[in-house]
Amino acid sequence: MGSRLHGIIAKEFLQLWRDRLALTLMLFVPVAMLFIFGWAINTDVKHAPTVVFDQSGSVEAQKLVEALENSQYFDVRHRARSTRELTRMIDGGAAKVGLVIPPDYALQLARRQAQVQLIVDASDPQVATSAMNAATALAADRSLALLAQTGDGVAVKRGAPPFELRVRAWYNPDLLSAFFIVPGLIGALLMQTTVSVMAVAIVRERERGTLEALVVSPIRRWELLLGKIIPNLLVAYGQMTMALLVAHFVFDVPIRGSLPLLYALSAVFMWGTLGIGIFVSAAARTIPQALQLSFMTFLPSIYLSGLLFPIEGMPHGAQYIAAIIPLTYYLRVVRGIVLKGIGLEYLWPQVLPLVLFGAVVFTFSILRFRKQLD
Amino acid sequence: MQASATEAEEAVVTRGLTKRFGKLVAVDHLDLHVRRGELYGFLGPNGAGKSTTLRMLCGILEPTEGEGWVLGIDLRRDPERVKSAIGYMSQRFSLYDDLTVEENLTFYARVYMVPRAERLERIQRMVRLGDLAGRERQLAGQLSGGYRQRLALTCALIHGPRLIFLDEPTAGVDPVSRRTFWALIRRLVDDGTTILVTTHYMDEAELCDTLGFIYQGRLIAHGSPARIKADTFSRPVVELEADDPRAAGDALAEWDDVEEVVRAGARLRLIVKPGGPGAGTVRDYLAARRLTVGWVGEVEPSVEDLFVSFVDRERKTRVREQLRALGPRGS
Repeated sequence: MGSRLHGIIAKEFLQLWRDRLALTLMLFVPVAMLFIFGWAINTDVKHAPTVVFDQSGSVEAQKLVEALENSQYFDVRHRARSTRELTRMIDGGAAKVGLVIPPDYALQLARRQAQVQLIVDASDPQVATSAMNAATALAADRSLALLAQTGDGVAVKRGAPPFELRVRAWYNPDLLSAFFIVPGLIGALLMQTTVSVMAVAIVRERERGTLEALVVSPIRRWELLLGKIIPNLLVAYGQMTMALLVAHFVFDVPIRGSLPLLYALSAVFMWGTLGIGIFVSAAARTIPQALQLSFMTFLPSIYLSGLLFPIEGMPHGAQYIAAIIPLTYYLRVVRGIVLKGIGLEYLWPQVLPLVLFGAVVFTFSILRFRKQLD
Repeated sequence: MQASATEAEEAVVTRGLTKRFGKLVAVDHLDLHVRRGELYGFLGPNGAGKSTTLRMLCGILEPTEGEGWVLGIDLRRDPERVKSAIGYMSQRFSLYDDLTVEENLTFYARVYMVPRAERLERIQRMVRLGDLAGRERQLAGQLSGGYRQRLALTCALIHGPRLIFLDEPTAGVDPVSRRTFWALIRRLVDDGTTILVTTHYMDEAELCDTLGFIYQGRLIAHGSPARIKADTFSRPVVELEADDPRAAGDALAEWDDVEEVVRAGARLRLIVKPGGPGAGTVRDYLAARRLTVGWVGEVEPSVEDLFVSFVDRERKTRVREQLRALGPRGS
């Protein structure tokens, strides 16, 4: 038993290693995508019209505004004299970003406990604008961190952030931001690997006639499947790790929640998507067919899961479809863990559908898989 | 119980082995006997039930009816044990092109649970057997047809099975490699392995110890090539070269004493009826119709001749049976 399973796993890894181009692509595509998105964020979305409501009138506040402007992400176009005026400007579209500096800002800064409020208009239905707003929030965060470290008169103690920026996204709490690319990317990657790579791994055996030999051999079906699933999961986890590392260390995406929980819940997600992959392998005769079928499963996932467009804005029919797409729930899980740092106590409503989906689809696909071997 | 008595000398025994797919009867009450240590040629046209039988014997397809034992193992009760006991090689060779010769052998050694301690020695023995020395590190995909074929065979032999099934092992391989391959499997049989091989090539069939013809799911003839010839073909086959083969063929087809005219390149082969004409009579017959003949001779019937005659005879019987079933009007 052990030897047979070991044989399949060892063989799968050898084949992966032989196909080094595919392996390299699989591991570095996530990195490349992150750089593309990261780069896009740094160039495309600058000069957001900004309104400042400076209640302190202090030199320190002036320095903060200058720093914001120097970052080139913000154009301070207006000065508001009240919160109401600031609100009106954002409502009216004169500004996309509002900065509220508290009256005792200088004092707070001296106590190394400064808080400013950044209001971002995320109402724009168009994805591009929405992304831009999000990017602006990121940029603000970063430039303020920079300010905190280099600004004169502010002594920074290690580990104690002197400065807290409160970003509040109005109207659209689920806003798409630079950070939100990471969860989406992880979800899309895992899906691609567990669906199309898995399907191809089986269909290739059938195309080349090796499946015939395996069927005649004493190998059990579960050994064959597990022997294919384990390497596939390891590759998927490898991709995920690469994406997280680059996101965290290159693009400063925070990872607030528990990584073990993230990895564990990813397995629940992949349980279902592996089911899709096995199902695709049973339906497809050739590798191109398998790839096309996989692609058919990606399309609704990418467009309807909330990866690109918020689900709340979709027509009802699309929302129902979104409700049966596993990626919908997985995205919430990743966002919840990575960005919000929440645990299972809040995430279980997302985990439950994933478990259900996995149980149904995986079982169904195993039955199909068994049948096609007979 | 009964099987154990024959089990000592028979590697494969089936009794009334039947497989139906819905209404289609793929294998129809097949009684197959393959003795231990023989090279058994399993012949039949496509769709005759060859591969269905083979799949049942491999333990991957459950018979609808009947029973069978492979190396003394009950097919119905213990198909999993059958799988580990036999070796199987398909015409597609089932090799991983992106793995080396050695890696392919290692993979199948693991799949067939060859003990770790013996693995290396077995692989080396297989490399020698398949004449693959020096190519252990070469990718299977880069090997030529003959090498691939021998590698596939050694992969099927890695666990030392006493019985191997070869499903059209020489399809699409060049003639020289085919000859080498048959020499190799003859050597295996001489060393005590039982081999059941299916083939389309009649020259290969003649190399077998025993032949079984399957047609429409039934075994229609069984025995050594010489015996089948002697029993069912006590008449010559006339071969001739005619100046106008088409006209000669048409003329001969009308002759009642001729069962079948086969075009073989520029030559014509006549399967004559028992007690039918010899070479001289054929020449006279054609001369009377002003057809000139370059050469006429009597030759040994080939296995193909035997097979074609079986198939025809069987079809005639079936048609007659069907006509009788229609009622008295038919007769």
